[in-house]
Amino acid sequence: MKNTSSPSPFPQPELGREMNGADCVVECLVREGVDSIFAYPGGASQELHQALARSGQVRVILPRHEQGGSFAAEGYARASGRVGVCMATSGPGATNLVSAIADAYMDSTPLVAITGQVYSKYIGKSAFQETDFFGMTLPIVKHSYLVLSAHDLPRVFKEAFHLARSGRPGPVVIDIPKDVQQARFRPVYPGSIEFKNPYINEVHHASDDQLKQVLKLIAEAKRPVLYTGGGLISAEAHRELRAFAEKVNVPVATTLMGVGAFPETHPLSMQWFGMHGAAYGNWAVDQSDLLLCFGARFDDRITGDVNKFATNSKIVHLDIDASEHNKNKRVHLPIVSDVKYALGRLVELAQATKFTPPDNQAWHDQIATWKRDHPFDSSAGFGKSNHILPQEAVATLYELTKGDAIITTGVGQHQMWAAQFYRFDEPRRYISSLGLGAMGYGYPAAMGAKVACPDKQVIDIDGDGSFVMNIQELATAKIEKIAAKAMILNNQHLGMVVQWEDRFYGSVRGNTILGDQSNVGSPDNPSGLYPDFVKIAEGFGVKGRRVIRKSELREAIQEMLDHDGPYVLDIIVPYTEHVLPMIPAGKTVKEMILS
Amino acid sequence: MRHTISVLVENKFGVLARVSGMFSGRGFNIDSLNVAPTHDPSLSRITAVIKGDDASLDMVTKQLRKLVNVVEVVDFKEGQAVMRELVLVKIKADARTRSEIMQICDIFRAKVVNVAHDALIVEVTGDEGKTSAFLRLIEAFGILELARTGQLAMRR
Repeated sequence: MKNTSSPSPFPQPELGREMNGADCVVECLVREGVDSIFAYPGGASQELHQALARSGQVRVILPRHEQGGSFAAEGYARASGRVGVCMATSGPGATNLVSAIADAYMDSTPLVAITGQVYSKYIGKSAFQETDFFGMTLPIVKHSYLVLSAHDLPRVFKEAFHLARSGRPGPVVIDIPKDVQQARFRPVYPGSIEFKNPYINEVHHASDDQLKQVLKLIAEAKRPVLYTGGGLISAEAHRELRAFAEKVNVPVATTLMGVGAFPETHPLSMQWFGMHGAAYGNWAVDQSDLLLCFGARFDDRITGDVNKFATNSKIVHLDIDASEHNKNKRVHLPIVSDVKYALGRLVELAQATKFTPPDNQAWHDQIATWKRDHPFDSSAGFGKSNHILPQEAVATLYELTKGDAIITTGVGQHQMWAAQFYRFDEPRRYISSLGLGAMGYGYPAAMGAKVACPDKQVIDIDGDGSFVMNIQELATAKIEKIAAKAMILNNQHLGMVVQWEDRFYGSVRGNTILGDQSNVGSPDNPSGLYPDFVKIAEGFGVKGRRVIRKSELREAIQEMLDHDGPYVLDIIVPYTEHVLPMIPAGKTVKEMILS
Repeated sequence: MRHTISVLVENKFGVLARVSGMFSGRGFNIDSLNVAPTHDPSLSRITAVIKGDDASLDMVTKQLRKLVNVVEVVDFKEGQAVMRELVLVKIKADARTRSEIMQICDIFRAKVVNVAHDALIVEVTGDEGKTSAFLRLIEAFGILELARTGQLAMRR
């Protein structure tokens, strides 16, 4: 069923007062409901900062690096569901946004990135701080604009925000030359926007016939599994998912992007699956006879060898992006739909047809046995070590926060442990760079999440490698009074790469030691610890504490939680722990390493 | 397998880069690509001949539809459309070979558009079968330069 819709039926365009382009940009942001942006000024974006200063209606947070600002905008978007906005000047300012734009593209995060550009007359002339940012970002944007007339600004901004947040969300770049920012004119704010591309205007709803077919497949299935991804969170469909899963009594395994869309403490939850996901989730998906993939995309970190993924299963793939169907995996029933609508309608249809789930007790018993025998902590053995183990630190944080915190991460082992040992019962609580895997994401994303949700405890569980990549943002947190906290699982190594070295490269260390190689720091060798994160934090005016002894862990985490401001907790852990289970890249569930 | 797809796009800054970038970024192989404005100056038509099986063609179509400036995507099946290509070819020709070349041109209804002492420029239009048959025959005389529009297509 395809309906054509414009955002609102017959709103009239509105003529604004005379102003310059930069003022118009601010007015457009206000009209889109933007309350905060992360913006670093420079020659080509100075007019925009002047306009923001004149207006005072938008909080402007000055990051200490454009990459930090753009990751913060992503954290803001992921925590709130609203469009995150970052801004930078031309040239090097703009190029520093590239990682976040690529990340937003991979993880379908609604992001608007505004960049200043050199005067239009200098475009193409290799002017000072000129880069073809429009051209450079083409492969990693949902859409982009180079605005060559100030009169286009109101329409461009309205379109950009609509595109960023609608359908499958994503990043939109708006590049604005300085003369366009300076031009004086009377803007006309369009009442509505319409795209010539009919696909963009369509609202995608599954047909009742398609959904009845899904119910029929469930009725016939003996070993059904729901495989749900980030689409459930983008669509705000977590309530519908729960109602549906309970109605049809089908166990749920999420992707990492989908963590929290289904309560992980729910009896039907198999937490998350994939390369380092729960063994029971992986086995259940592998042995399923019906796989209901909703709002996910058969990423290689989920499937391993895609040809050997869920080979005995009928696969239903429901996604709002038709181009995901049959891209990585051939499926039996592709459905293009908004997942919130589809799940809501499935429950209605199930009720209307008096659907009763088939008796799959044997399947549920099997899963319960797997869950009992192979929980995440089956190999961790906290008690046996004299040192604080990284898994234990996360589990303790979970306990002390009662599961009620927003967790961001960098990339690596800590990112996996954060997802394994913290349990997420609500969406928008595990915020991580998953598709792109961008180190340095954690702390700025935590700042952005804290700006969006000031009443929530926001903690960046980070690694000592990742944290350093955007450590300068401690200054932002201090000066802007953003109480984002960092809990570093410090093992003095690039832990995930070390794990691969240990498993596949004979433990040869290829540039994976972060300190002095002749005096590697560890819980047993505190003199070698490098760098001194507490001193660095102190330099930024941020409170910090190092904890080595197991007996101090709980109290130290509590101190971090109680502190009213940004905080760095440096937890020294051994580098010898591996993230398990593990399905080596390109392999199958049968090759899963459990210990 | 070769497919001809016709893509109607908004005549806006960077659209061709978006379309061709998608082809290369997603690993699709293009045989030929033609772009020009339509009778409506706000729209351009891109005609692309793509190598691939039905599954990869399905992916191309879906990826194209996601581009905001794309208005319509048509994947022409065999026989659904009139296909034409225009070829300009400079052929080595002297007094001895010129008339023989012109006889071949006659058969193919190709037009001689320039004559020099040592070469001819010939224009030939037709579907792929015709143009390649012509080029095969002419090859023996020596092709000095070749320029072609790539396939164009219009629904019957």
